[in-house]
Amino acid sequence: MDFREIIADKYRDILVNYLKDQSEQSLYSSQKFSRKSIEHMISPEEIISIHKQLIVDLFPDMQPEIAHSFDILLEVMVGYGFALREHQNLKHIQQELRSEMEIAANVQKTLLGTSIPNIDCLDIGAISVPAKHMNGDYHHFVQDENNSVSIAIADVIGKGLPAALCMSMIKYAMDSLPENRMNPKDVLENLNRVVEQNVDLTMFITMFYGIYDTEKHVFSYASAGHEPCLFYNAESAEFTELPAKGLLLGIEKKTKYRQYERTVDVGDMIILMSDGVTECRTEDGFIERESLLELIKKFIHLDAQDIVTSVYKELEKMQDLQLRDDFTLIIFKRKV
Amino acid sequence: MYKGGSSMNISIDVKENEKLVEVKVSGEIDAYTAPKLRENLFPLAEKEGVQMVVNLSDVSYMDSTGLGVFVGVFKNVRANNGEFKIIGLSDRLKRLFEITGLADIIDINTQIEGGVQ
Repeated sequence: MDFREIIADKYRDILVNYLKDQSEQSLYSSQKFSRKSIEHMISPEEIISIHKQLIVDLFPDMQPEIAHSFDILLEVMVGYGFALREHQNLKHIQQELRSEMEIAANVQKTLLGTSIPNIDCLDIGAISVPAKHMNGDYHHFVQDENNSVSIAIADVIGKGLPAALCMSMIKYAMDSLPENRMNPKDVLENLNRVVEQNVDLTMFITMFYGIYDTEKHVFSYASAGHEPCLFYNAESAEFTELPAKGLLLGIEKKTKYRQYERTVDVGDMIILMSDGVTECRTEDGFIERESLLELIKKFIHLDAQDIVTSVYKELEKMQDLQLRDDFTLIIFKRKV
Repeated sequence: MYKGGSSMNISIDVKENEKLVEVKVSGEIDAYTAPKLRENLFPLAEKEGVQMVVNLSDVSYMDSTGLGVFVGVFKNVRANNGEFKIIGLSDRLKRLFEITGLADIIDINTQIEGGVQ
């Protein structure tokens, strides 16, 4: 028996049973049947042709017009069969694209990989989670022999593949900067020139660059339109925004950036983030900076890494586990 | 039909009077609606000496993709010796322009004539 005959046989059983008793059970078996036949790519018009043949066999004395009417139904269903095949093709293509994206995401992970420096006087925590496969947020730590740690955090407008490609450019531009320690403002001015020449009109990048001097405990930084960083003063137990003004990267070639400094005492924290953190949206509106502060306060007794992870988990819960934007949160806490 | 996080709600109303182009945007500007905004505004920005005023007082949400469109429009207008203004920014949106430093190069402080509608 060929496959079509098996299908026709099965259909016959269901139909005959139903004509006999009109039970729920028979209806249910027809639902099961349709799942199977879709799986085996049986088109709707084929089912109708089987149906017609069965009806003609079962009721030889039927009015011929009723049998003919199935021809019309069959012709109409041809279009639906075509749509079904198209849908199945697209599903296949989608699967291919998805696996390609997964490979690309892995390449990106390797490319942008950075590890948290291990320094006696600092407790550092970092988390970066993409909204989709690819991350448009970037952060990179560098520890140099002069006892300083630098941190770059950047956010490419938009998300997904275009943002990720742009991020790779930033990564290479950063790698090609001179080895010796550079001032944050010089880093931004250099990168701005690279970005300005290489991006589309509507593309831009925000970036924050800071260097922590582990001997003087001074944090020097500059910002290119980046979400303001927060400073936690342990003595007064208060949060303030770290003042920083500066134009986005990639807008004007000759942009000059201003550099700021902040002295850090024991217990103080510097909190850096991407706008995915403050643009989190819940059912009731945005997550205000206030509620972000509340969350940080709630976990403030933990290690820096546990703070960022716990804040992320809470925000994720508040948004029903759906990130709208890439999310990066980094904390520097002075230990001694 | 793709159903993303966005409701795809945006409407763009354009009034052109010689060089003066007034644009009123309503709804949400995000990754899904930004392409439509871009398609509508870019050709207008290419007119020599255009004076474009974009009213965002009915925009309930805008993310960085929207900001990108306005940056692009601004660059185009400037390249064509025109003027570009954004009016009707909510405090939240104003903050976005201030953080990004765009408030220093794009005029966002002109009051809406006749007050807020």
